[in-house]
Amino acid sequence: MNNVSLESIAKSFDASKPPAVKDVSFEVSDGELFGLIGPDGAGKTTLFRILTTLLLADEGKAKVAGCDVVKDYKQIRKEVGYMPGKFSLYQDLSVEENLNFFATLFGTTVMENYDLIKDIYVQLEPFKTRRAGKLSGGMKQKLALCCALIHRPKVLFLDEPTTGVDAVSRWEFWEMLKRLKTEGITILVSTPYMDEASLCEKIALIQEGRIMSIDTPMAITAAFPKELFAIKAENMSQLLNSLRDNELVQSVNAFGEYHHITLVKDSGTPDAFTDRLPMAIEWKTIEPTIEDCFIHMMSA
Amino acid sequence: MKQLFIFIKKEFKHVFRDQKTLLLLFGLPIAQILLFGFALTNEIKDSRIVVADYAGDGASQQLIERFRQNDSFVLEQSLLGADDIDEVFKQGIVKLAVVFPEQFEKSLIHEGKAQVQLIADATDPNTATTLTNYAQAIMRDFQVSYLGTASNLQIEVVTRNFYNPELRGTTNFVPGVMALVLLLVCVLMTSVSIVREKELGTMEILLVSPFNPLMVILAKAVPYLILSIINLTVILLLSVFLLDMPINGSIPLLFAVSTLLIMTALSLGLLISNSTNSQQEAMLISLMGMLLPTMMFTGFIFPIENMPVPLQVLSNIIPSKWYYIIVKDVMIKGLGFAAIWKETLILFGMTLFLLVVSIRKFKTRLA
Repeated sequence: MNNVSLESIAKSFDASKPPAVKDVSFEVSDGELFGLIGPDGAGKTTLFRILTTLLLADEGKAKVAGCDVVKDYKQIRKEVGYMPGKFSLYQDLSVEENLNFFATLFGTTVMENYDLIKDIYVQLEPFKTRRAGKLSGGMKQKLALCCALIHRPKVLFLDEPTTGVDAVSRWEFWEMLKRLKTEGITILVSTPYMDEASLCEKIALIQEGRIMSIDTPMAITAAFPKELFAIKAENMSQLLNSLRDNELVQSVNAFGEYHHITLVKDSGTPDAFTDRLPMAIEWKTIEPTIEDCFIHMMSA
Repeated sequence: MKQLFIFIKKEFKHVFRDQKTLLLLFGLPIAQILLFGFALTNEIKDSRIVVADYAGDGASQQLIERFRQNDSFVLEQSLLGADDIDEVFKQGIVKLAVVFPEQFEKSLIHEGKAQVQLIADATDPNTATTLTNYAQAIMRDFQVSYLGTASNLQIEVVTRNFYNPELRGTTNFVPGVMALVLLLVCVLMTSVSIVREKELGTMEILLVSPFNPLMVILAKAVPYLILSIINLTVILLLSVFLLDMPINGSIPLLFAVSTLLIMTALSLGLLISNSTNSQQEAMLISLMGMLLPTMMFTGFIFPIENMPVPLQVLSNIIPSKWYYIIVKDVMIKGLGFAAIWKETLILFGMTLFLLVVSIRKFKTRLA
């Protein structure tokens, strides 16, 4: 019973403002790597705090590892690991001291569960006497993960673990999560980075406190209703403007090197209007990414 | 138990690794004791005086000699006309002038009395009063020895100052500084240390752990209790060996009541930290909310009896007021528990109340 379930969870902090989360329901199965994907302010942290018993929901029910988040909060606190979004270890304690402190706090020792954190900890080992405040961003994240794992939690909550971490460390971090999954730990991770979504088994797209879609990343991209084209030209900003003015184009979004567009007509291709554009373009059909789906759902 | 122990150990590490905290914790009390003990005293020592001696006879010379030998005064000039007095006062160095009229000795012998004029610089009225009192005392002594007590029958008032015969300021200041320092340091330290966990975000992790949140309070209080008792020892050692302050009463009793005050302060600190969300806020409340009332209402700077009634009533809620009374009784008067049980009970009641409120206010969740 390492699963997590939410049923119509709602929470608002200020009655005059829209609720932080509203009518959120989803389930995470045993041993799943579940991603909560959404921009800043979407309500990810609020949901995590409700699930980790730090906040009380206004409405709805939630269960973590078979325990009610309100009634059995003490039990939940023993069984989950939580890594808050902000780096939350003691900056003036060394790597070793931090780890020992949290191990003891959870009534265990570093040695007892060393196999679980070994892969991560070996990278920290050379710095074990260094104070946590003096570590690099990626190292801090690894230490925080070690501390959250040290008591072998049943469910692990990671709130934006890769925010503020360099690209290499980010992928390393996801590799670690995949390894942890094999230990049977259910992992809930939130991230504003859409490119990380495909690394999860199942994702929930969240925007303004509401869940827009819950499915596997594959199923979500497969459900994209239109054909998607990527268009490139010399002058990208001019292209963007003329595409926006074009009545055949349904949506345009700038995606770095290319603009992603969908057309009003289901069967057309950009060839239908290339002659009407003031510049030469290059186009191709592409598979939609999670970000395309997210933007599509936001505007829908 | 193991959890509590490692938590307390962690708290000690926080203190010892932060030089600023350490300085505040141990530097502040020492600085205060030294400041109040030496610099900010209202005792009169080495005050400069001038003498205008129009008599120039034996009696006036003898009296001037007595002034010269007194510790309180330094004779600046002695041959001076009355007109010059105004001039030296304006320079601000001289605080008192003694003027002997002509025929001083003659009138003293023949009439049995003579006049001496004391002119004081009363820009600081307290100093002026104290100085003239000292000078009068010297002259009374002189009169007695010069004329002999039997020569004229008059009632002489003999004042004896109990517990502090030399009217030394330190006897007043040391208990006051003890109250001030213990209260300030403890309130500030505890309030900041809990809020720091909130600010850092570590509170979130602590809450999502099997560790009982009330243990957080205990773990935070224990290190500062121990450090404050060390602090108290330092203050007492400084006042005994540096300021020659006696401890007339029982030392264990003094430590016991001080521990009670420390606990009052710790509970107050916990209350502040439970009601604030940033270290700055906590620090501001602790400093502003504690410093001024403690200074004002403890009674060691401004006598509470002289305040308007509403302020006198208000002073009752200041813990240091009661502690100050207790410490004066124990340390200076050497009284036992029987004399201070009432104040101790009040302090104990305050501690209990603050502790219950702060524990009730302690949130086991974030909001």
